[in-house]
Order: sequence, then structure tokens, then C-alpha cells
Amino acid sequence: MTAPLTNVPTILEVKGLRKSYPISEGILARRMVAEVKAVDGIDLTIRRGETLGLVGESGCGKTTTGRCILLLERPTAGEILYDSVDLGKLTHRQLQALRPRFQVIFQDPYSSLNPRMKVGQIIAEPMKVHAIEPNASRRAARVRELLSICGLNPNFVDRYPHEMSGGQRQRIGIARALALAPEFIICDEAVSALDVSIQAQIVNLLEDLRERFRLTYLFIAHDLSVVRHLCQRVAVMYLGRIVELADCDELFDNPLHPYTRVLLDAVPVPDPTVEAGRKFRPVKGEVPSPINPPSGCVFHPRCPIAVEGCSRIRPQLREIRPSHWVACSEVR
Amino acid sequence: MVPLLQVKDLHTEFRTGAGVVRAVDGVSYAVEQGETVAIVGESGSGKSVSALSILRLISEPPGRITRGEILFLGRDLMALSDEEMRKVRGGDIGMVFQEPMTSLNPVLTIGRQITETIEQHRQTDRAAAHKRAVELLGLVGIADPARRLKQYPHQLSGGMRQRVMVAIAIACDPKLIIADEPTTALELMNGLRRQLNVALIIITHNLGVVARYAKRVNVMYAGRIVESGPAAAIYHNPCHPYTIALLRSVPRLDRPRQARLDPVDGQPPDLTRLDQGCAFRPRCRFAVDACANVRPPLHSVGCADHLSACLRGDEIRTVSGPAA
Repeated sequence: MTAPLTNVPTILEVKGLRKSYPISEGILARRMVAEVKAVDGIDLTIRRGETLGLVGESGCGKTTTGRCILLLERPTAGEILYDSVDLGKLTHRQLQALRPRFQVIFQDPYSSLNPRMKVGQIIAEPMKVHAIEPNASRRAARVRELLSICGLNPNFVDRYPHEMSGGQRQRIGIARALALAPEFIICDEAVSALDVSIQAQIVNLLEDLRERFRLTYLFIAHDLSVVRHLCQRVAVMYLGRIVELADCDELFDNPLHPYTRVLLDAVPVPDPTVEAGRKFRPVKGEVPSPINPPSGCVFHPRCPIAVEGCSRIRPQLREIRPSHWVACSEVR
Repeated sequence: MVPLLQVKDLHTEFRTGAGVVRAVDGVSYAVEQGETVAIVGESGSGKSVSALSILRLISEPPGRITRGEILFLGRDLMALSDEEMRKVRGGDIGMVFQEPMTSLNPVLTIGRQITETIEQHRQTDRAAAHKRAVELLGLVGIADPARRLKQYPHQLSGGMRQRVMVAIAIACDPKLIIADEPTTALELMNGLRRQLNVALIIITHNLGVVARYAKRVNVMYAGRIVESGPAAAIYHNPCHPYTIALLRSVPRLDRPRQARLDPVDGQPPDLTRLDQGCAFRPRCRFAVDACANVRPPLHSVGCADHLSACLRGDEIRTVSGPAA
């Protein structure tokens, strides 16, 4: 937990990011009948050294956003500027040369590690691919060092993932992400699949690594309590768009977008007395399909404060207080 | 009054390559009519297996219920024939599973899946079952039920599939619903619980969900209940080191941000390698030498219905205070 960062250089800038997936019909003549707008026009800046939280329900496009930033998916439109370099304009070779600088930690420590590789091979693999430590014995030493940095016994190099618990596997995924000494890491639901008792261990590890290696994180998650603990700024996504963006404490103490308020209300607190005294109003309806998103403000059919104009005009993010951006025409 | 459900000394084992795993190792608890009881635990704690055992849904082999009684309204479910047991499942006891996508049949319309349950348990014709299905979808808040009944699971959103699961669970007026990690459908089920006076067993790892919905809580670790009691007692005055550690490890939105989280140290237990001592001992901040010798039984701490399976339970009670 550090003070909000201002006047810090930008590490990553996302401009007008869109990603849609076509839905086709027909057997001989395939034609596009509709498209899923997974990400529908996102602008985002990540400052060097900060942890930016990206939150929203499943299907809101937060994971797709992360994958587009790393160019694991080609964006349909928009720019990804990494250190002012437009990643979309790079050749494959140029992009490959930049890749060691940004890495990813995945949600599921069970499916994101190759079950046929030993732990040592898994962590050494990125170094081999990028020819970063060509000397085999130095590479082996580095693998052992990475294991111990991530709180694992260096002798685990000869084990297979299935011999490890979920928390240990996630530490291996983290060690692999660190192997190339990156400066920016996307944590995509990196603690969501872990047991409660293990989650805090991994959160603490991510914080330690951030300090030690001066890392910048994009922390994609749906668990708002963890996001609040770990992030300096938070962006809230709904149906492919960012609806609110603010410094972490400001967002949690003073949520302005009606969707953010609903999200926060829905988080149960582990205290029966507090819960008994809370008014819980579940939001009406369900998240609409991103195939035919509602017109105007995508949240208007479920919004408690919607007015007639909300179905016509798509609200833009406006800076309503200093560094507090909200995409809602009714919030002032 | 006889409790709705009494689980007595339940043992369920699995034979695995690495040895026999006692997934449920002597679990006892009761559920009263209309109340919500939570079984809290992490993966491998035995919370799901203990619930599946109530319905005798353990596949054999590798699993086997080796001991115990399950008294539902005084009748021992363990003594029923398979035929009689089928009448209980989906009849007096409904189930809501974690994954609506895998527990609904992808090649049957949801209407057929609901009416099938009704026809299995009630002497009704198709038309009456269909009428009931329409009514059920209304109860779980699905608009335009007639059209929805003709659709297949993949045509519904995840939230709606959960609602269909709930509709099937309540189709035959159950007295008890067992819900395994039912995150999004809980608000709905809690409303129905009150409306239909049905009891609810929630199986979850989410301490917040438990605090919001459960009246009584059973905390499981390594196949046993390690602490049991009214929700308020468990949260405000936890008397087992594992419960204390769990409550301390989660960040809370209603508290100031902490500088650092306070995790439970160590790894979850390997159930094939348990010794005669307390299974939580290697991770426990309160452990003493004596903990290596016994897995202490549940005993009451403070009030009669607050139980802890810790040798130092009484001592811890005096220091744990209102959720420190």
C-alpha cells in the first residue's frame, strides 16, 4: 500500500482498444451475422511502478483486455503503446525482442503448467526461448534462485506440477513470469483459484516482488477485497467498457458510478453482525449479452438512477473529481 | 422436536494410488427445519464429500461410506434401498451444484429437465408437469417461462442456468436443499428458503457468504469439523486456531486497508499422510507438544452449542475476543 502516484512516467497506454469476435453462419458461404464486442473502446494508462486493478464480473472483457495488451490477441482497433512504442506496428521479431519486458501470471495453476515438464524445465523455458541465459549451468542456478525468491524449496526443480499443491503451483507460475526479469506483469485472476488460507500468502508474495523488482502490475480480478488491498488505482469494467476509474481509496470510499455501487454492495463482509445491518439490494436483471449490447449507456436497463436519455447517449468517461473518472451522465 | 437432518459420525473413504484417503473422518452435525447451515472449508477439507455422502452420491469404487448414520426426519438414509434413495434425491432433498453448465444435460430442453424431475417424484401427467415447470421458472425469477422452457442450456446465460438448477431443486417441495458453492444463486435461494420454509446447507469457502446467510457454521479441516457453532459465536469469538487464522487472512472491505495480509502459514494437509496428532498442528500458531499425540474431539467452549476440536480451545476462547 503506497500513496497514489501522480507525475510518474507512463509505462503503458491503451488507446481506443476494441476487440470483437465475429459470429458466422452458413456452411458453404460463411457470412458474419453478428459480432461479440468483448472490448468496446477502452482508454487506459498504467504508470510505472503502480498496480492498476481491473475489475468486473465474468464476461465484462477484463481478461480480453489483458490479452490484447500483451498482443496474445490482435485488437480489432486501437493502439497499445508500451514505453511509447506502438506494439501493433512492430514486426514479429521486434515484438519478440520486447516480450521479456512484459509477462503474465494466469488464473489456474493447474492448467497453465505443462504436466509433462518438470518444475525446473517450466521455469527455464522462457529463458531458452528468448536465449537469455544460454549457459546451462548458469540457467539452472537461476531457476533455483527463482524458486527460492518465490518461497519454494530449490530442490523442487525435479518435481512435476501434479506433486504440488495449488499454492505451490501458483508460485511456479510466478517464478516463470519472473524468469525474464520483466518490468510489467499482468496478473489475470492470479489468486482467484487459490484456497483462502493460501491466497494471502500469494498476495504478500506479489507485494514483496513488486517492491524488490520495482514491478508494475495490471491486476485483473473480480474479488474486490483483494483488489482494494493490492492496488493504487482501480478501473471498473462493464460489458466491454470502463465505467469508473479512480485512485483505490477514492473508489472504495466514494464510488460514483451506479454499477460500482452495486458491485461493492454485493461483496459480503465476514461478520454476521455487520451483514445483518446492511441493506443488500441485488441489481435487477442480468448482464446483457455482448452480442447485442443495450444502446446508449450499456448499464441503463439495470440502472437504479437511469433517465430517459440514458438509452440514447453513450456516456464518456468524465473527470468528476480530480483523478476520478466516471462514465455516467447522471453523476455530478 | 426432531431435527430435520442429523449426520452422525459419518466416515467416507477413497482408495487412491497413494493410499486410503479419509475424506470425511467422523463428522456429526444437525440441521433444523428451515434453517441455513454452512459447511466451510478449503479444497480437500471434505466439505463437498460430506454433503454428497448425505445423498449417497459417492461413486463406489473408489469411494465408500464406511460408517455413520444420516437421519432425515428420523429415518436413516443409509438403510434405504437404492430405489427409495432415488425418491429422496430431488424429492425431499434438492441439490444445487457448483457448475450449472456441467450439471444440466446439454441435449435436453430445460423444460424437459424440470418436468422429468417432477414426473419422477409425483404422479402427474405431462401437462400438469409442464404447468408446474412454468410456475417454477416464475418462482426463480425467469421472465417469459413458456419460451424459456423450450430452450437448451447453452442458450441461457450462466446466471439463468443457475436459476434453472434452483428451479429443479425446489420442483418437488423439498424440505432441504444442499448447495455446493452456489455463489450467484444464493440471494435467490435465501428468499425461497424463507418463502417455502426449506432448510439450506451451503457448502463454501467464502467466509463473507457464510456471514451473510448462515445461522450455524461448521468449519472443516482435513476431513473433520474443527469448530461448530452459531455464526455470531464463530465470527466474534472463534475458538479453533484454524478458524482464527482463516478469519485473519482475508482482507475486508469494511476495515481500513492493512499494510500486509496475515496468511495461514504452510500448505494444506496431505490426507494420505496424516498421523495420530491434530492435522492443523504444522500450521498452527498455538500448537504445543501434546498436539502431536491426539486429534482432539469436539468439545463445548463457552456456550453449549459452540464446539471446538482444539486442546487449547478454552484458553484460546478467552484471548480470541471479538474477531481480533
